[in-house]
Amino acid sequence: MTGNGSRHGMTLAEKVLARVSGLDHVVPGQIIEGRVDLAMMHEQGAQTVGPFHDMGAKKVWDPERVVIAIDHWVPASTEGAAVLHRILRKFAAEQSLPHFYDVGNHGICHQILAENGWVVPGDLCVGTDSHTNMLGAVGSVSAGIGPTEMAAVLALGRLWLKVPPTIRIRVRGELGRGVTAKDLVLRVLGEVKTTGATYKSVEFSGPTIESLSMPERFTICNMTTEMGAKCGMVAPDAKTFEYLQKTAKHAMHPLYADPDADYEQTIDIDVTGMPPMVACPYSPDNVRPMPDVAREHIKVDQVFLGSCTNARIEDIREAAVLMKGQKVHHGVRFIVSPASTSIYSQCLREGLIEVFTEAGAVFTNSSCSACFGGNMGILSPEEVCASSSNRNFPGRMGAKEARIYLMSPAATVATAIRGEITDPREMM
Amino acid sequence: MEEIIRGRVWTLGDDVDTDGIISGKYLTVIDPNELKKHVFEIALPEFAKGARPGDILVAGVNFGCGSSREHAPQALRAIGVGAIVADTFARIFFRNSINLGLPTIEVRGVRAIFENGDPARIEMRGGTVTNERTGTQIRFPPLPTHLLELLDAGGLVEKVRRELAGQAGA
Repeated sequence: MTGNGSRHGMTLAEKVLARVSGLDHVVPGQIIEGRVDLAMMHEQGAQTVGPFHDMGAKKVWDPERVVIAIDHWVPASTEGAAVLHRILRKFAAEQSLPHFYDVGNHGICHQILAENGWVVPGDLCVGTDSHTNMLGAVGSVSAGIGPTEMAAVLALGRLWLKVPPTIRIRVRGELGRGVTAKDLVLRVLGEVKTTGATYKSVEFSGPTIESLSMPERFTICNMTTEMGAKCGMVAPDAKTFEYLQKTAKHAMHPLYADPDADYEQTIDIDVTGMPPMVACPYSPDNVRPMPDVAREHIKVDQVFLGSCTNARIEDIREAAVLMKGQKVHHGVRFIVSPASTSIYSQCLREGLIEVFTEAGAVFTNSSCSACFGGNMGILSPEEVCASSSNRNFPGRMGAKEARIYLMSPAATVATAIRGEITDPREMM
Repeated sequence: MEEIIRGRVWTLGDDVDTDGIISGKYLTVIDPNELKKHVFEIALPEFAKGARPGDILVAGVNFGCGSSREHAPQALRAIGVGAIVADTFARIFFRNSINLGLPTIEVRGVRAIFENGDPARIEMRGGTVTNERTGTQIRFPPLPTHLLELLDAGGLVEKVRRELAGQAGA
């Protein structure tokens, strides 16, 4: 704090945190009490119920601001998961929580928040999942918290936050044919690394970011989690307002970084001529250009097109264009899992499910699916998987020796067809 | 929370992620006493059998990165870990751990001064970590008052319980 009247402007995250704490100005490092606009729980929320009662809390602070969306094991695939679901259903009934996305109306929690307009510009959103960062794409501060902390949020409607310093990532240049928002965020991860944004806000801007659709912005904000970030953000614009026009559940407070905002670091990236990218085992920041990886003819056992990072209708449509009329390579298991039930229905209407099943892929019900190694599509030791998801740490999708390569949805299809890691541009 | 924490050290490397602390296949387990049997199955397999109450974890950078699962610090607390000291922590793990009342301290350079099995001594408010075998000491900025109070209360549940009880009584 300068204290001499010459205080700096604020970054986008600082603007939102000032708003939700009722302050005119905040600075990085300051601890604030933020009013929560939206609290989201998935199965981990079952561990919120015990602490909520232990705190002596009687009622949830605002049932209209709480969304429960089960997604990791849907429908319940183990007895343990069934118990978690039952705890949540019972809690929702007792507390009269009306916004429960249960089996049949389900989807990955972040996608449920996105497509139903639960998070809007200027919001503070917290969720019991690390990829809650995804919702920052609408110009909100959205962050993951644990279930004990969520119990306090449900009781009080607020939580303490340390105002994070902001890294600004300015992107210019046009993404080439076959190069996607996923490749862009992998490129950023290769530079920022898994610790480069720990505790920080990542603010994306520049002409390339402005040109991205909302689904693409969700993809890049989603993977700020892998950079260690508290939140990832894109300032709202006409695309944001159009996306939320019919669905916004509460009033928007569009906020923008001040021209004289104080950034801890600015990274400029030009994506002109950038090839598709791949994150190699065993870290999402072990990023290499796809042509170099493809040259090694890495054989795969399983391919996964799914997760909150990349299983929206746009991702599946793009994948279906490459898949149509082709076959999944002999000996390869290709799992496609849409991010929500509404996306599943849209795929059905557009005939996309048939494209994949005719090719020999398995098109599953919507869930987190193979991404986290606890439900389906689990890998055995020595297996190799190409995936459109967000993490490839040891043991992420099953056996700790299994090797996971992260890539765009288009690249997963090219890889499923050839049976080895393949540059999708070779098939376009 | 004790002002001075002493214990035997287990060392870990950089980027120990929460999958490495508690694998995804145990996420439907709620009972911390069951969870603790599987702690570090991937990152430090000998830990679950060999750990004694009061042991201290010393790790490198970005400890607890990855998934937000609170199962990770819950399992560590259940097995009796007295404190976790690391060069840096991932943010959700850090919050979860403090919220559960588990002393979690960021000390740059700490990993380099310990070997497995060394005795450690931590002064929470004094801001020092000492290897009692070698005598090497590192100073660190103590946790903010807000977080020390949370640890003193024994975690977030107790802190909010007192706050709500105070409101009801007011």
